[in-house]
Formats: sequence, structure tokens, C-alpha cells
Amino acid sequence: MVDKIAFEIKDLNTWFGETQVLKKITLTIPRNHITSIIGPSGCGKSTFIRSINRINDTIPGFRLSGSVVFEGMDIYDKRVDPIEIRFKIGMVFQKPNPFPKSIYDNVAYGPRIRGIRDRVLLDKIVEESIQKAALWIEVKDKLAKNALSLSGGQQQRLCIARALAVNPEVLLLDEPCSALDPISTGKIEELLLDLKQQYTIIVVTHNMQQAARISDFTGYFLLGELIEFGDTARIFTIPKDKRTEDYITGRYG
Amino acid sequence: MIEIDLKRLLKKQVVGERIFLSLSFLALIVVLSSLIVLIIDVIADGHSRLSLQFLTGFPSRKPEEAGILVPLVGSIYMIILTGLFALPLGIGAAIYLEAYAPKNWFSSLVELNIANLAAVPSIIYGLLGLELFVRMMGLGRSLIAGALTMALLLQPVIIIVSREAIRSIPISIWEASFALGATRWQTIRHQILPLAMPGIMTGAILSFSRAIGETAPLITMGALTYIAFLPDGIFSPFTVLPIQIFNWVSRPQKGFMVNAAAGIIILLIILILLNSLAVWLRNKFQRRLNW
Ligand SMILES: Nc1ncnc2c1ncn2[C@@H]1O[C@H](COP(=O)(O)OP(=O)(O)OP(=O)(O)O)[C@@H](O)[C@H]1O
Ligand SMILES: [Mg+2]
Repeated sequence: MVDKIAFEIKDLNTWFGETQVLKKITLTIPRNHITSIIGPSGCGKSTFIRSINRINDTIPGFRLSGSVVFEGMDIYDKRVDPIEIRFKIGMVFQKPNPFPKSIYDNVAYGPRIRGIRDRVLLDKIVEESIQKAALWIEVKDKLAKNALSLSGGQQQRLCIARALAVNPEVLLLDEPCSALDPISTGKIEELLLDLKQQYTIIVVTHNMQQAARISDFTGYFLLGELIEFGDTARIFTIPKDKRTEDYITGRYG
Repeated sequence: MIEIDLKRLLKKQVVGERIFLSLSFLALIVVLSSLIVLIIDVIADGHSRLSLQFLTGFPSRKPEEAGILVPLVGSIYMIILTGLFALPLGIGAAIYLEAYAPKNWFSSLVELNIANLAAVPSIIYGLLGLELFVRMMGLGRSLIAGALTMALLLQPVIIIVSREAIRSIPISIWEASFALGATRWQTIRHQILPLAMPGIMTGAILSFSRAIGETAPLITMGALTYIAFLPDGIFSPFTVLPIQIFNWVSRPQKGFMVNAAAGIIILLIILILLNSLAVWLRNKFQRRLNW
């Protein structure tokens, strides 16, 4: 079993306006492992991981009840500053969202707002982060170019690099490979496997093979409920719930 | 069967579209031709008076010696000063309303009132300026009092265009910045404002060009119609182009009519320059804004 816990989530309900999107989600996410979230479109996967770094807070009409405890601290406690949470919990969004600035400035933005001004250090961080995100060879000669000139898949890897540049403790990835070719996907998967030594990783994916390949734990969401959560190998071989079985065997819908 | 119906339908649509097109074209012609007639008329009347002497001359009782330097300089000072006051205030208010203000009945009320203020006749702003800046703050009938009055007048428009520009930045940019641990202010300062600035400036410049033609509020708050010297600071009395033009038009001598026409040409040139600047700004940054 797992000794160290990163997140302890209890009775998490969320609403957009009057519509309840997540219902009584309770689960424990271990530190330094990869946890994948699977489920059909619209079941609330994005809403779930966006609740973990409080990025949903910025959406008008969003409400939440229950608790998300990160390393012993309830991140929705009144006294907790969401900025502090986001310093520790990095995120890669479902839709690539690079800033319409240079590739370099995209990656350097996080370190800069943390007060790093030293050009040599910034150069180093930028290069290392882009290297890790398997993008360096493609962009090393055009770091000053606008990030929007990159392809969708390149933009997504840039967003991964941008998240890595600030060295968070947790990395949330919302379908990071949906726009990537198999080779880049392979590189990102390798990267995630590498990173789990240092980071806690939560990844939303529609790709069942990917979940099976890289994750240690898997949660299956359906219509805003967590149907089943557990060891990935177990979920994919002997699911306890009929609905999970239907989904992973492709009989859903 | 179906094919025939489709053809008929298409034909009907084509006819409808032609009628609509002709009507809009007609409307355009009416507007454009009256504008062109106006411009030709003014140029015909005033072109003979355009000279360096006219541009650099001081007011005079003799039309052929009178020049436009004082109101020209006054107008330019006025635009710059108004911009200095109106832009930071308007953009600041827009940032507050878009990014900080809680969405409640109070902010809705403020919002409604800003829209209403934009429709208040400019002469009312003149009265406000007279009371507030000229009398209560004791600034007198000075450039600064005039610029503050103008800044007030432009406030609603600048707030509205700035909010529009800020709102046009996709939410994903805010989220990307927040997710990296940026504060609201850092996000605004480093991501949102640079992207919204071209839109804000375009709108602001267009509103300035309206302000240049404004006479009523400045006359109300006490701009003079006859000044024989250049403003020597922000507290000095002043006049502006439209007031000078108004003044010349109201004189009986034929020569002043010519001067007025020439003054209008100068005013038009400034307006065209400002509007081209706005268009140039918009085109320059438009490409960068496609994502
Ligand atoms: N900003 C929002 N405002 C209102 N409703 C929202 C918002 N974001 C998501 N929802 C609703 O919440 C539900 C869950 O959406 P969510 O994006 O979490 O699904 P998802 O599992 O990530 O789907 P997908 O696999 O398609 O990305 C949907 O019904 C959606 O309509
Ligand atoms: Mg999603």
C-alpha cells in the first residue's frame, strides 16, 4: 500500500450555477505516483482536476462543498491563499493556452513572477523545461518567435514546459496528449514516469491504454460521480463495478 | 421536385439580397456625397487662406492678418492633457470593473450609470467643470480646468471601450497565468493589459477626436474666444480650434468666413490624422490577437 498521501478529498460537490457537476467525490491520491482520471466526455474530469488548484474559483457561479486536503492543509480553507496553492500545484489545461508572446517568455513567465531576474538562470530554466517537455529540438532556434506560431501539439508541450519551469510539487494534466502524435505522446509518457520520483501527478486521459501504461492508480468518473477508484492494474483487470467494466471494455453508451 | 424548389428558393434569396444591397448602397451614397459636398465647399472657401502666416499668426481685427496659432496650440495641449487625465483614470476604472469588482447589485448600478453618463449632453459636463474645477478647486478658466472637464466627458466612453477590450481577451489567458501562481495584478499587468492596449488606444483615440470638436463644455466652463498669446503653462487661459472657428463664423466681415473655412480644414486634417493613427494601431496589433 501507499504510505504517503498527497490529497485527501472528501465529499466534494461542485456546482456551476444551479447545475451540480461533481457529486460526493471521496478519494485519496498518493504522493509521488501517477493517478489517472478516466470517464466519458462531460462527466466532470476537468471540473475535478480544476478544483484541485482552485482554478475554478475564477468562474462566476462556481460553488463547492466538501474538502480537498493537500499535505494536511484544506486548500479551500478561508485562510489559505489560492496563489500559494498554485505555486505548489502546476497545471496543463485541456486546450493549449500559450500566452501570445515569445516561446521564451512563455516558459520564463512563471520563474519571473517568482522574482527570478538573472538572465543566465532564466536561460537555463527555459532550456531544461523545454527539453523535458520533448520540444527543444523543434524550437531551440526560434525561442523569440510567437508561441502561437507553433502547431497545436507543440503548443501543448510548450504548456507542459511552462508548468515544469516553476518546479511545482504536483502536476495536474488535463488530456495532455490529445493533440499529440504517437512519438511525442511516448515522450510525454516517459517524462511523466520520470517525473513521478519528484512530483505527484494527476492526469486526465481519454486514452485507456495510456492510463494503463503509465498510471499507478485510476479513477473512473461517470455523470459527476466517482464510480470506482483503485490500483490501475486491478481496475483494468478485475473492475468491481459493472459500469467500469463496460467503459474499459468499450461497451459504454 | 426538390431541386426545382431549391432553385426557386435560391432565386428568391438572390432577389432579396439585391434589393437589400441596393438600399444599403443608396444610403452609403447619400451619406458620402453630403460629406464630400461639405468638404469640397469648405476647401473651396478656405484653401486660399491656408499659409504659414495663417498657421503661425495671432488673432487680429483684420481677417487677412488673423492666424490660428493660439487655438491650434490650445487644442493640441488640450488633447495631450485630457489624455493624461482621462486614460489612466478610465483604464483604471475599467480594470477594476472587469477584474476586481464583485458582481452584485452595486456594480450593476455603476455599470448602468456609466452607460447613462455616456449619453449625457456635453454641456452638462461643462457646467460640472465650471462648478467643480473652475470655482471649487479654484483652477480658474485654465487649460487644466478645461482638460479635466474634457477628461470627465470622455470617462464613460473610455471605460466602456477599455472594458470591451479587456473582455475580449480569452479567459484561458487569465487561467494560464493564474495556474502559474500569478496574482490578479501580475496577470493584468503582464498578460491582459498588453493584449488589450491596442483596443483601448483605438477606442480612446476615436473618443479624443470627438473631444477635439467639442465646443459646448469648454465655452460653458469659460474658455475665452479671444486670446492674443500662447498658453505658458497649464494654468494659463486658453482657446481651442472649434471655439475660434465659431467666433470667426459669427463675425460680419466676409474675410472671417474664409478664415473659418480654413480653420475647419485644419481641424479636419487633425481629425484625419488621429483616426488614421487609430486604424494603424488596430491593424498593427490585430494579427497578434488571432488565436
Ligand atoms: N464553466 C462552466 N460553466 C458551466 N458549466 C460547465 C462549465 N465547465 C463545465 N461545465 C459543465 O460541467 C460538466 C462537466 O464538464 P467537464 O469539462 O468537467 O467534463 P469533462 O469530463 O472534462 O469532459 P471532456 O472529456 O469532454 O473534457 C459538463 O456538463 C459541462 O457542461
Ligand atoms: Mg475535460
